[in-house]
Amino acid sequence: MQTAEFAPWEDPQQKPLIRFQNVTKRFGEFTAIHDLSLDIFEREFFALLGPSGCGKTTMMRMLGGFETPTEGRIELAGQDIGPVPPNKRATNMMFQSYALFPHLSVWDNIAFGLRRDKKSKEQVAARVEEMLKLTRLEKFSRRKPHQISGGQRQRVALARSLAKAPKLLLLDEPLGALDKKLRQDTQFELMDIQETTGTTFVIVTHDQEEAMTVASRVAVMDEGRLMQVATPARIYETPESVYVADFIGDVNIVHGKATASGKEQYRIDWSDTLPPLTATSAKPFSDGQDCHLAIRPEKVAISTERPEAADNVVQGTVHDIAYLGNLSTYHVALPGGTIIKAQTANTRRISRRHITWEDPVWLSWTATAGVLLAE
Amino acid sequence: MRRFVLISVPYLWLLLLFLIPFIIVLKISLSDTALSIPPYAPALDWAEGIGAFLGQLDFENFVWLTEDDLYWKAYLSSLWIALVSTAFTLLFGYPIAYGMARAPEEWRPTLMMLVILPFWTSFLIRVYAWMGILSNEGFLNQLLLWLGIVDTPLTILNTNTAVYIGIVYTYLPFMILPIYAALDRLDGSLIEAAEDLGCSRLLAFWLVTIPLSRNGIVAGCFLVFIPALGEFVIPSLLGGSGTLMIGKVLWEEFFSNRDWPVASAVAVVLLLILVIPIVLFQRNQQKQAEAEQ
Repeated sequence: MQTAEFAPWEDPQQKPLIRFQNVTKRFGEFTAIHDLSLDIFEREFFALLGPSGCGKTTMMRMLGGFETPTEGRIELAGQDIGPVPPNKRATNMMFQSYALFPHLSVWDNIAFGLRRDKKSKEQVAARVEEMLKLTRLEKFSRRKPHQISGGQRQRVALARSLAKAPKLLLLDEPLGALDKKLRQDTQFELMDIQETTGTTFVIVTHDQEEAMTVASRVAVMDEGRLMQVATPARIYETPESVYVADFIGDVNIVHGKATASGKEQYRIDWSDTLPPLTATSAKPFSDGQDCHLAIRPEKVAISTERPEAADNVVQGTVHDIAYLGNLSTYHVALPGGTIIKAQTANTRRISRRHITWEDPVWLSWTATAGVLLAE
Repeated sequence: MRRFVLISVPYLWLLLLFLIPFIIVLKISLSDTALSIPPYAPALDWAEGIGAFLGQLDFENFVWLTEDDLYWKAYLSSLWIALVSTAFTLLFGYPIAYGMARAPEEWRPTLMMLVILPFWTSFLIRVYAWMGILSNEGFLNQLLLWLGIVDTPLTILNTNTAVYIGIVYTYLPFMILPIYAALDRLDGSLIEAAEDLGCSRLLAFWLVTIPLSRNGIVAGCFLVFIPALGEFVIPSLLGGSGTLMIGKVLWEEFFSNRDWPVASAVAVVLLLILVIPIVLFQRNQQKQAEAEQ
C-alpha cells in the first residue's frame, strides 16, 4: 500500500478482478456492445452509467452468465468465464425487479442460495441470521415478499445475493423502484455494506447522481461503447467529450474556434459580435480547430455590476430563474440568443434577491473554469 | 335497491335451476317405485296434508345402495378412473402449457387458439371419431399393423384404456389453460435468480416453476376430475361391459330399470361426493386471489 487512497486502477502492478477483452455482443443484426475492453479491480464499487439501450445491462448479464459474448473474452480473477453457466459462477446478481421468490419467506429467500451449496443446517442458519442482521431485517424473516414494503424487499434481494459471499456482486438498477428519499438513504447503506463485506460491486444505473454517490469509478456508456471511465470527480470536472459533459450534471456548451494565445491557453472565437473567450487546456488544439467549451453553471458568477479582473466577462439579461431552495439557477440570454446558465448557492436565508427577470447582468468565469473539448 | 336486484339475479338463477331441481331429486330418492306416471309414490296430495306426505318418505333407497355392492363398486371405480385420467391429463397438459408459455410472444395467441379449437366441433362427434381410430379395424391398428409393430390388432375400444384416452383427450384444454395462465404470469427473472443462486435448470424448474404454477395445477386437476367423475358419454361409447362408472349405472337405473327413486339416490350420493372436491377447489381459488393482492 503506497497510498492511503483506494485507487488500484492507477497501479500497474494490480491484477484486475474482471477483465473485458475486446468484447463484442450482437443480438442478430443489432450490436449491443462494440469491441469493449475494461478492467474492474477487487473491492471496487464500479458503476455502469448510461441511457437505456446503451448496453450497460448487457454487460452485466454477460458478467452474470445470462449472455455470452459474441467475440472477445471476459475474465474473472484471471479465468475465462465465457463457458461457465450462471450457477457455477462466483458472481451473484441483484435483479432490477428483485426477483424474490413469492412462495418463500424472507428467511427462505436468503437461505435459497446457501442450501444449494451442501452446507449444514447450522451453517445456513448462521449465515442467514448474519445477513438479516446486516440488512436489519430480523423482524421480517417469517414474512412473505408481498407482506413487506418496497425498501424492505430491496434489502432482502441484497441480503440474498450477498449470502453466498460472491467475489462479485452485480446490481441491476437496484434502487430504481424506490422513492427519492429512500433511495438516498439506501445509497449510503449500500456503500456501508460494500465496505463492511469487502465485496466488489458492479452497479448498473441510468441515474447519474446515484452513480456519482456510490461508485469509486464510473463508466459512462453510449451505444455499446465506453465514453469515459474515471472517478466521479474526474468525470464531472474533466469530461473527455461533450457527450460525457452533457450527460453528467448541468453544463453550458459554447461552440467556437480555438486559437493558441499563450502556454496551454487558447482564445475561442464563438460569436461574430461578442468578444472572444479565454480558456486553458492541457490538450493541444491547432489554430482554427473546432472546439467546445464546457462550463459548469456553478463556476459562472453572476453580478449586477461589471466585475473587475475576470478572464471572461459577458453581459446579458435574465431570462429565467429556477429556485431550488439550496441553489438558484439563472438562465441568462446573451445578445444573439445564446443562453448561459449560472448557479449560485443560497447561503443566506434572506429572500431579498436582488436579481430578477429581465435584469441586465454580468456573467464571469476564469480561464480554468471550463473544459475545452474537441468533440 | 339496485344492489339488491343485482345480487338477487345469480341467487335466483341458482334457486330455480339448482336448488329446486335438487330438492325434487332428493324427494324422489326418498320415495318408492310405483306403477304410475311418474313412476314413484307418494305424490304430494294437499288433501292428506304435508305431515302424512313426509311420513311416507324414507331412506330405503340409500340403504339399498349400501346393500348391493354394484353401487359402491361403481363409485370407487369412477373415482379411480377420474383420478387416473386426471393424472394423465396433467402429465400431458403440463408440458404443453409450459411450451406455450415459453413460446415466442407472437405465437401464443395461435397456440391458444389451437388448444381451444376442438371445442368448435361437437363433443359427440369427437368421441365417435375416437371409436373410428381405436376399433379393431381402426386407423391406429392399421398403422401399427402396417408398421409391423403388432401382428394382430390390439383391442383398445370397449376397454378402460379407451375410456382413459377419451377423457384425457376431451378434458386436456381444461388442464392446459389454467396451468398456462399461471406459467404465463411467472416472471422469467425468478428462474434466472434461481440459476444465479446455484440451481441447475432442472432444479430451478422443480424449486421455482412448479411451486409457482401450483395454483394452476390444482385448478386444472379439479376442472378435469369433477366432470370426469360423473362422466357418462365417454364410458358408454368407448368403454366396454367391464367399465363400471357411476354415470352409466345412473343411466341404466333411469332408462333400463325405470327405477327413478334408486337413480335419484345414486345422483344425490354422487353430488355429495363431488361437494368435497368442489369445496377444496373454491378454497384454492380463494387462496390464490388472496396471494395476488
